[in-house]
Amino acid sequence: MIRVNDKFDVEWQEGMTVDSLLEILKFTFPMIVVSVNGKVVPQSEHGTTTIEDNDEVRVIHLVAGG
Amino acid sequence: MNIQKMRQAHKVLAELDYELGEVERGYTNRTLYVNLSDNTIASKPVSQQMKDIFVGGRGFGLWLLWNGVTGDTKWNDPQNEIVISSGPIGGTTQYPGSGKSLVVTISPTTHSVMDSNVGGHFGPLLKFAGWDALEIQGQAEKDVIVFIDGNEGKVTIEEAPEEAIDSHLLGEQMAEMFAETEREKRDISTVSAGSGADHALIGCLNFSWYDVRRRRGPRFKQAGRGGIGTVFRDKKIKALVVKYSDGKAAANNPADKERITRVGSRINQEIRNYDDQQNRMRRRGTPYLVQIMDDYDLLPVHNFKYGSHPDTPNINGDVWEARFTQGLPDGCWLGCTMSCSHAVDGYTLKTGPYKGQVVMVDGPEYETVAGCGSNCGIFDPDAILEINFYCDTYGLDTISFGTLTGFVMECYEAGILNKEITGGLELNFGNADAAIELLHLMGRGEGFGAIAGQGIRRMKHIFAEEYGGDPQFLQDIGMEAKGLEYSEYVTKESLAQQGGYGLASKGPQHDEAWLIFMDMVNNQIPTFEDKAEALHYFPMWRTWFGLCGLCKLPWNDIVPPDNAETDEPAKIPEHVQNYVELFSGVTGREVTKKDLITMSERVYNFQRVFNLRMGFGTRQHDAIPYRSVGPVTVEEYESRAERYDQQLRELVGFDPEGKTTAEKMAALRAYREEQYELLKDAVYKRRGWTPNGIPTLETLKRLGIDFPDVVELVERDDTG
Repeated sequence: MIRVNDKFDVEWQEGMTVDSLLEILKFTFPMIVVSVNGKVVPQSEHGTTTIEDNDEVRVIHLVAGG
Repeated sequence: MNIQKMRQAHKVLAELDYELGEVERGYTNRTLYVNLSDNTIASKPVSQQMKDIFVGGRGFGLWLLWNGVTGDTKWNDPQNEIVISSGPIGGTTQYPGSGKSLVVTISPTTHSVMDSNVGGHFGPLLKFAGWDALEIQGQAEKDVIVFIDGNEGKVTIEEAPEEAIDSHLLGEQMAEMFAETEREKRDISTVSAGSGADHALIGCLNFSWYDVRRRRGPRFKQAGRGGIGTVFRDKKIKALVVKYSDGKAAANNPADKERITRVGSRINQEIRNYDDQQNRMRRRGTPYLVQIMDDYDLLPVHNFKYGSHPDTPNINGDVWEARFTQGLPDGCWLGCTMSCSHAVDGYTLKTGPYKGQVVMVDGPEYETVAGCGSNCGIFDPDAILEINFYCDTYGLDTISFGTLTGFVMECYEAGILNKEITGGLELNFGNADAAIELLHLMGRGEGFGAIAGQGIRRMKHIFAEEYGGDPQFLQDIGMEAKGLEYSEYVTKESLAQQGGYGLASKGPQHDEAWLIFMDMVNNQIPTFEDKAEALHYFPMWRTWFGLCGLCKLPWNDIVPPDNAETDEPAKIPEHVQNYVELFSGVTGREVTKKDLITMSERVYNFQRVFNLRMGFGTRQHDAIPYRSVGPVTVEEYESRAERYDQQLRELVGFDPEGKTTAEKMAALRAYREEQYELLKDAVYKRRGWTPNGIPTLETLKRLGIDFPDVVELVERDDTG
């Protein structure tokens, strides 16, 4: 199980990448920052960076305040 | 269009010759006062104290309005005013988004202070013509135009019986009438409403701008919220026209031009480099949000019942990018690289008085697509364009129209309304023809359109008293607060944004705070204190734009590539520093980030007290409809039953197993309503207000706005 933003639980799948996790969550906003276990994953590496079961993932949407 | 005949019919009622002067460090140091009852035109000085405390823009507007009205002034009293002001940074061409005007008045829908911000050229040209603000009081006997000639130094009030009232016609007539050459049309900007604002309380103002790239005009931006256009037409104003021809980058005469050029160059480059990878504002403008809001269940559908719909791809950003015919970045003020003001050329109107005419439709913006589209169950781009065009030219606010039409449609489907009441209109969700006909009726003040045009708050009373509607149900589904219709975001899953709307000074408009991602998705503000901090900082930050003549979009609709690595990425620290540089560079007044927030706090708290003076501005007036908090109907609950059931288990401590939907809804409602009240407590405390939502004396003193009449109001209400 992957816990995202300490709020959303997603069933882990073999070969899961940042991109496939975002797709499951329908996180389509373009201005986001993803970190896995505290390390920021550059957007260019979302398709290749894999996520292991029980990783801690943060997905921060960069729009606040209006 | 016979301009000569129109001009001959003009009768000059008053005129003022004035020294043109120069803008100094963003200010002209005077405001223009026009009284349409006694035809006074006068210049008023701007004091250093006025600049120090109220800064400009919305601050100047509120201060002038405060001095012009009393607590008893009604929206349609001659004493009511419309004040338009840009701000010290307004008119800067080196930094994007620097062409905003702020408009204030006493609103016909809230009966309290309304502010609305708008692009277009009027505010900057007004300043370059010699005036930091335009303050209009009184009521003319017959339709008038106020012309401010910033080339000759002359202001006139002229009776204007022949001109059109609808904005798309009137704007062209004004450009033809007051430009001596084709080239000079770009030096003219008008403010106008439309025939719909004669009849409905949701009238808006259109601010024109000449499209330099396309060499045509006028195009329009709207000061939409709270019925300012209705006040405008009540004063019998057809148009305000300003002309100023010596436009140059230094017209704002900043204290340090190189300093603002430096930060301007940086952000302009950033926008050019990264907008295509980020929000694509230059290509799609705000409609890029439509699909995203749907993906996150935040797009209003069927009067905010739901947050998504399978037909959303029919009206999403891709559709509008294809319809925006010019393929050019469009800026509504000179030099704006954000350039998000897109339009659809060559649209052939299908209905109404201009049926068959080929027109340009300015927009649609996200709010129009969501409000007049998905919220009404309308997923036809042409229908949205038709509504957009007629709302604008009639001078009606697309946000209020969309939100109130969704309300009417739900009432129709719930059986509160029927064809007999609506005059034959079958106002089911998705019936675009009926929605468009409702708009035309509203524009003419006829039939059911005359009722709908009064806005949701009045309709709730009418539907309960005359048509037997359940008052509680109407209160729950009527998406208005303080008398203003909601703008277009579903807030059920974001307590912070329920506050962002409910605690906003003028009513539920997202220009104070948009916290949904931070709260609902990022989970960055989990506690009441966190939410209260966000509901302090962001409304203050957003208020600051309105003091200075700035658009908020270049703040956070583009971000530097390394923004994520900063301490507070949500605030976009590099851009905040840009604004520190910009304000200091224009005014010569060295400020810090903290100073910017303090500037806003002064004006924000003053506006809260202004609400108090008008009979509002306390805790009870921050109430919100339950539709913005949680599911009102069974179908609504059951459409997201898994989510709600989980919340009952995890947050409420209520086991939904074996319970009826009604029982579960009641438990959820009790919990969520309590959360909102707790949020109010936290926010009031953070803002330095009493538990009744009134700024404390200590807060007023800290901010230096403890004027005797302000203190008297606060003390009166504190003691009950």
